[in-house]
Amino acid sequence: MTTRVGIEVSIAVADAVRLTNADVIAAYPITPQTHIVEHLAELVANGELDAEYIPVESEHSAMSACLGSAASGARTFTATSSQGLALMNEVLYVASGMRLPIIMAVANRVLSAPLSIWADHSDMMSVRDTGWIQIIVENGQQAVDNIICAFRIAEDRRVLLPVMVHLDGFNLTHVIEPITLPEQTDVDKFLPKNRFPLPLNPDKPVAMGGFAPPVIYTEAKWAQEVCIRDSKDVIMACWDEFGRVFGRQYHSVEKYHSDGAGVILLTMGGISETASVAIDEMRADDENVGQVRLRLWRPFPFEELRQAVKDAEIVIILDRAISLGGPGGPVASEVKAAFYNQASRPKMVAFVGALGGRDITVAGFKNLIKKGIEIARTGSKNEYEIYGVRE
Amino acid sequence: MEKYAVYVPRLVQKKEKFAPGHRACIGCGEALAIRLAFKALDNNVIVANATGCAEIFASQLPATSWHLPWIHTLFENTAAVASGVEAAYKVMRRKGIPLPENTKVVAIAGDGGTSDIGLQALSGALERGHDFTYICFDNEAYQNTGNQRSSATPFGAATTTSPLGKKSIGQFSWKKNMPEIAVAHNIPYVATACHSYPFDLMDKVAKAVATKGPAYVHILSVCPTGWRSATDTVIRLGRLAVETGVFPLYEVENGKYKMSLNLPKLRPVKDYLKQQGRFRHLSDDVIQKIQDRVEIEYQKLLEKAKNGSKTTKRKSRAGTGKVPA
Repeated sequence: MTTRVGIEVSIAVADAVRLTNADVIAAYPITPQTHIVEHLAELVANGELDAEYIPVESEHSAMSACLGSAASGARTFTATSSQGLALMNEVLYVASGMRLPIIMAVANRVLSAPLSIWADHSDMMSVRDTGWIQIIVENGQQAVDNIICAFRIAEDRRVLLPVMVHLDGFNLTHVIEPITLPEQTDVDKFLPKNRFPLPLNPDKPVAMGGFAPPVIYTEAKWAQEVCIRDSKDVIMACWDEFGRVFGRQYHSVEKYHSDGAGVILLTMGGISETASVAIDEMRADDENVGQVRLRLWRPFPFEELRQAVKDAEIVIILDRAISLGGPGGPVASEVKAAFYNQASRPKMVAFVGALGGRDITVAGFKNLIKKGIEIARTGSKNEYEIYGVRE
Repeated sequence: MEKYAVYVPRLVQKKEKFAPGHRACIGCGEALAIRLAFKALDNNVIVANATGCAEIFASQLPATSWHLPWIHTLFENTAAVASGVEAAYKVMRRKGIPLPENTKVVAIAGDGGTSDIGLQALSGALERGHDFTYICFDNEAYQNTGNQRSSATPFGAATTTSPLGKKSIGQFSWKKNMPEIAVAHNIPYVATACHSYPFDLMDKVAKAVATKGPAYVHILSVCPTGWRSATDTVIRLGRLAVETGVFPLYEVENGKYKMSLNLPKLRPVKDYLKQQGRFRHLSDDVIQKIQDRVEIEYQKLLEKAKNGSKTTKRKSRAGTGKVPA
């Protein structure tokens, strides 16, 4: 029987990686990700996980070692945050372009400057065009479950793409939550062995990573686009199967009292649970509000999102990242884009807030929703609103 | 060398790992060096290739010159990629996954990819002790992008980013001593080689790959395009680099230095410099400065070999080192 125990989320993520029997972990320390790889190093050192742990000298080399490992056919994991993710940037494109199923936990954190170690979504938004599948979670259980799912999705022959699982730094990585760790036998059944189709192997030499002249490049990129788009079906099927086996079901767009709601708040990540409490309290006061949370950021779930919010009068979007000098938050931009060509669409109000680890409380979310409704009705000359800033 | 003409087919495998038909420039020393290096090895090799000349001229999709499993990803990360391959094979073998026996990992890169942008990743991989061989094919500048200076460009050489000008004599700094940096990592095997001494090169590469743990081989590869030298002098220039002491051939096995050639007297560096357009502008003063530096560095090396080795008697296949007139 699986039991629910209080455990730090980072430790639980590392334990989830242990359950997948990962072969190679290449990682470099960075706050607030470090507890994940520390615990993995410990598991390897104690012989509880039979893996090679490569303590590389930078995140650039962490992801590069992952390329070599995944290309050799080994099940490969790393974790990072913020500057580490930024340092990996060029390697991320190679991982997806070469169709290497690497799994990475990203403890979401600000990008400098000013230096800050706290959570927001600047880092994950900076890599949205790298061709990785990006899943974001709201609590420790979801992190554990989606790490396991990520391996199954990435290594699926129809997908063969790297996957990031995003969890907010500190607010998730460093808190102790009640978490059920799946049984090894169940994970073994759920997660097939990694069979990378064309690994580096002297018995059957392949050349990987040749350069593409203009006559080939567009086709290569389009093939990649078709692949990541189509991966959505595999992701959904994986979550369905996970739901059947483990009893916890995930969706690309998670709905919370959103059906029939006139006003919908759209959030991502750990702060969503605080927002849900605000929704509960407002509904108790007979306000017709609901919430949707994006689970899948790449591939972007256009259709599921449209279905989830199409009947609402107002959609209020909170971004934890800012596209400087641009339209505001990346999430709001994409949600708006998803509706631009629709015959009818809700009014949309974009907020940027909760940057650099600043909390939005339950009362704060209620205030934000009220402000959003007001703006939707009166209009605003701003592209977006910054929430809770001292000017 | 005459005797080798008779025995070459017996001494070297005929099978090519690096097929002809690639796009290297005429007289490319690097292409020759790669071909020789991999002739010294069996088929049990996985190659990780940094971005650079060799990667570009031999890998345009959908073609490849490689008969070995080969991976190219980026410029500066090749040692890290190689460490990932090595670790993957180690653990998969341990877990009983069927794999070919005795698989070797060889990382190859140019001088820019090694001594500049890739130095950190290389240092990390050497320090961690991965069982792999790293070969630097040194053509003394960023030749793939059109002859820009690297830290391996020799003093005085004119390149496109260390140009000759009213206030410049060309490269302003001395060549970074990459083999010494490798030695400083206390790895079991470091060697220098040159395509102009093919048997010595092959011996060293074979030895490096057979070494348990990290090995580093630094191969001077003459680049007629960048060095502005005649394409039919590639072999001669490599020999002159060695005979003048500009590029000494040696090995460092478990910290013990060993000269590969016994050169009773160094030829003047001028013999080497004057055949290359990149040095054509150098005044006698500057040439003397280079001469002095070469002699000092060469002496330092001889001292190390004298002090550090009791086994200098190994028969070298570098030959006599004499360049035919």
